[in-house]
Amino acid sequence: MVEILQTLDFTPFILSFKLAGLTTAILFTLGMPLAWYLSQTKSKSKPVLEAITALPIVLPPSVLGFYILWALSINSPIGMFFEETFGVKLVFNFTGLVIASCFYSLPFMVQPLQSGFESINKNMLEASYISGKSKFQTIMKVALPNIKPAVITAVIVTFAHTIGEFGVVLMVGGSIPGETKVASVAIYEFVEIMDYESAHVYSGIMVFISFTVLLSVYIFNAKHNKKVGSFS
Amino acid sequence: MIKIDINKKLHGASGDMDLSLNLSIKDNEFVALSGKSGSGKTTLLRILAGLEESDGVIEVDGEVWQNSKRSLPPQKRRIGFVFQDYALFPNMSVLENLLYVVKDRQLAERLLEITELRALKNRFPNSLSGGQKQRVSLCRAMMNRPKLLLMDEPLSALDTQMRMKLQREIKLLHKEFGTTTVLVSHDASEIYRLASRVVILDSGRVVNDGTPKDVLLKTSGSQKFSFEGELLDIIQVDVIYIAIISIAQQLVEVVVSSEESKQLKIGQKVSVSTKAFTPIINQ
Repeated sequence: MVEILQTLDFTPFILSFKLAGLTTAILFTLGMPLAWYLSQTKSKSKPVLEAITALPIVLPPSVLGFYILWALSINSPIGMFFEETFGVKLVFNFTGLVIASCFYSLPFMVQPLQSGFESINKNMLEASYISGKSKFQTIMKVALPNIKPAVITAVIVTFAHTIGEFGVVLMVGGSIPGETKVASVAIYEFVEIMDYESAHVYSGIMVFISFTVLLSVYIFNAKHNKKVGSFS
Repeated sequence: MIKIDINKKLHGASGDMDLSLNLSIKDNEFVALSGKSGSGKTTLLRILAGLEESDGVIEVDGEVWQNSKRSLPPQKRRIGFVFQDYALFPNMSVLENLLYVVKDRQLAERLLEITELRALKNRFPNSLSGGQKQRVSLCRAMMNRPKLLLMDEPLSALDTQMRMKLQREIKLLHKEFGTTTVLVSHDASEIYRLASRVVILDSGRVVNDGTPKDVLLKTSGSQKFSFEGELLDIIQVDVIYIAIISIAQQLVEVVVSSEESKQLKIGQKVSVSTKAFTPIINQ
């Protein structure tokens, strides 16, 4: 066992973590304004936006992967624009993976944040506006600090969900070692070539990491709720 | 001087109504806003704060807060607002709640001194009692030295003793800062103690406007005492009838004649008044 661990190639794991970290950071920046908008708006387009945001949960990863692949490839206007303007290819490389992951994990960032924002006492936000503070200041200093459990849940679950990604990654990134071969893809390949021992070790590590991450979220939230209680 | 001339269609629980008000409030005036629930009191407060839209004009000391062309956002109106549910920021200590508005430590300390909260300045809202929270909220509302202080039933969730204490503090703050104030309240004694003017709203319109004494004292003519209450029961004792009436959560007995007893209906709102006797006040 120790021998296997010593000879183990950790590159796919490092790649998975890099991908998940970047995706989470990007989604936190982009998903937060969206979640805020959805939590505050009374617009009739809200259900439409909510449905679009939730799509990646129900769509088969192959459908999502196919559309992303098509949109980013040189055959589409978007892919062509990036290739011609910046000389950047968006598919079968790490950049493409990050873009795909952002779509795939979007609901896992937006939904917890949105319900967190919705749970905030509206008077509290209004008190902040009346105090002369802009929406941005109110989000940063009043809203976010008071929904810490929702923020932690959003960040951790987005991270964990991106680590666990497989279908979309395979379609958009393929399996280029050190570039797009993340842990889940590596496991798939081990099984394909019937290297069950390596598949076991990789899978075991994935289960362990995922469990630890989720456990810490639940412990944090339980502690937080005990300390703060339901806020008024 | 605050000039208010506004219109707004409201969709209330009792159907649609028009909120249509034309009021002017003098500098330093303390106005109590009263009336049945759903009469538009809170909406007026929110319109003044810029939290809700309406048609019409609001002008404060010559500065236009709202007209047909533009409406200042709440951030730019320099108001203080005290919510019924305190609306403190749970992630900040008492002092931080105050300094969040304006970083004026001297003013914060002075306000905490007046409201006797200095010892609690590093505590967080969740560890405070309702009365303490509302005092913090009051201090916070005063931090930007508002041109207009708005209070939406600030004391209705507190017990009588705490109410009296806070009424004293509100009075003290009003004396010290002279802030023009609009207070929504149902409590006649509170209005009498604090306000110099009371405006009664009904279905979105002003139905009474005057000094608390003129508006709230229920006596008329030569009556000296007059109370409104609910008739709970009429009991016949030998040849007389005794009406049991609930007045301000106290029960009283009043002797009535047999004819009167026939005219009265149990559950009716009645007024009990008397003319010729000298009341004695005991402590």
